[in-house]
Amino acid sequence: MKFLDEYRDEALAKKIVDEIRRVVTKPWVLMEVCGGQTHTIVKYGIDRLLPDEIELVHGPGCPVCVTSLEMIDKAHAIAQRPDVVFCSFGDMLRVPGSDVDLLVLKSRGADLRVVYSPIDCLKIARANPDKKVVFFAIGFETTAPANAMSVFQAKKEGIKNFSILVSHVLVPPAIASILQSPLNRVQGFLGPGHVCTVMGYREYEPIAERFKVPIVITGFEPIDILEGALMAVRQLEAGTHEVQNQYRRVVQRQGNRTAQQLVNDVFEVCDRKWRGVGSIPKSGYKLRYEFREHDAERIFNTKEIDTKESDICISGLVLKGVKKPHDCPAFGKQCTPEHPLGATMVSAEGACAAYYAYGRHLEKREPAAALPV
Amino acid sequence: MCLAIPGKLIEIVQHPSGIRMGRANFGGIVKQVCLEYTPDAKVNDYVLVHVGFALSTVDQEEATRAYDLLKEMAQLQELDIPEVEEQMTAVPNDGSMPAKSAS
Repeated sequence: MKFLDEYRDEALAKKIVDEIRRVVTKPWVLMEVCGGQTHTIVKYGIDRLLPDEIELVHGPGCPVCVTSLEMIDKAHAIAQRPDVVFCSFGDMLRVPGSDVDLLVLKSRGADLRVVYSPIDCLKIARANPDKKVVFFAIGFETTAPANAMSVFQAKKEGIKNFSILVSHVLVPPAIASILQSPLNRVQGFLGPGHVCTVMGYREYEPIAERFKVPIVITGFEPIDILEGALMAVRQLEAGTHEVQNQYRRVVQRQGNRTAQQLVNDVFEVCDRKWRGVGSIPKSGYKLRYEFREHDAERIFNTKEIDTKESDICISGLVLKGVKKPHDCPAFGKQCTPEHPLGATMVSAEGACAAYYAYGRHLEKREPAAALPV
Repeated sequence: MCLAIPGKLIEIVQHPSGIRMGRANFGGIVKQVCLEYTPDAKVNDYVLVHVGFALSTVDQEEATRAYDLLKEMAQLQELDIPEVEEQMTAVPNDGSMPAKSAS
């Protein structure tokens, strides 16, 4: 496919790796922010192509992974209601709540529909006027325009039986939170290309300046990621800390203004709890008051549910780039994609699930040096 | 989750609800795409699509230019490879090969 195949060119990839090898003089730790990038890196073994000086650690950019257990339990409580048609992206089906997952609820009779796009939920709502159609609106800024449009259109068309359960998360506060941590090891970022397609990258400039870290907005194909790493390493070696744009064919500095406008009309920024990480101030979206008629949390009056996470799981440290999946004693043993113990194993884009999918749990490895926790 | 893929826009239509929609071809698979966020996208443009919404038009000129630059960088590296030294004799101006010295 055009704009995909050429970015998987092996010969060119090797040349970029050679260039990184030529430029690098000392060890650097880079973090890719987005789960899609993590997946590409592990799938193609990009972390192993890079010279030993470059360590890639995997960031918190999988929205399925970081959706809090409380929110998943709320989704399950709503999905079980007989008057509800519950719609979700396919990624959320196998994510376990405190009790079960959505697929189990479906087998018990819940009306669960997997949708490709939130806009499809409006068709379901029009066709089922006697039911309450609820969409589980998760995602980063990339998905916010689509989710915002579904609610905006429902209000405009007067589709009263449609609501969304919002669990939106935002990337810049998460990056700032990682950099503020006393455990932080990250020295440069490969920024999230598709988040920035929507939002642009101006909001990353104060972060790069404040924490003196280079941030390279990067695409998702192997050539993109290698070029992003090369740009970041060049900056680190030169001692600069700018926001650069590797993904120029898609991303503009100002982002997509039309999309930002509608997102702003529908959502407002709020504090948000991230699975494995905890609450991060101003790191999420919630519906504005004007759209309260379409707010599933309000309509169904879901109570706060007490939840308990695994004691062994180190996903919080993996999400911050402090540890790697195989540093966890449960990785590939008690914790697998079928029985995930925590955030980074619950979705294919989580670092632990990606390592597992490509067989890294089968490899023998020296135990990691103990880190202060 | 933030997966977005480029597809070629093959048709633009107005949905009865007033939403600007279209159809895009992803390597042979054709899907409906909401074009509300890419008001300037035209048929034959490549649009970057995420969960049924075009988020951006792929800048083909920029893509070609950036890719060519990368290729050029890769080719330039080859110029860095030291040549294998070999003794050569200049060709005379008339183009005739110099006679080999008898050994």
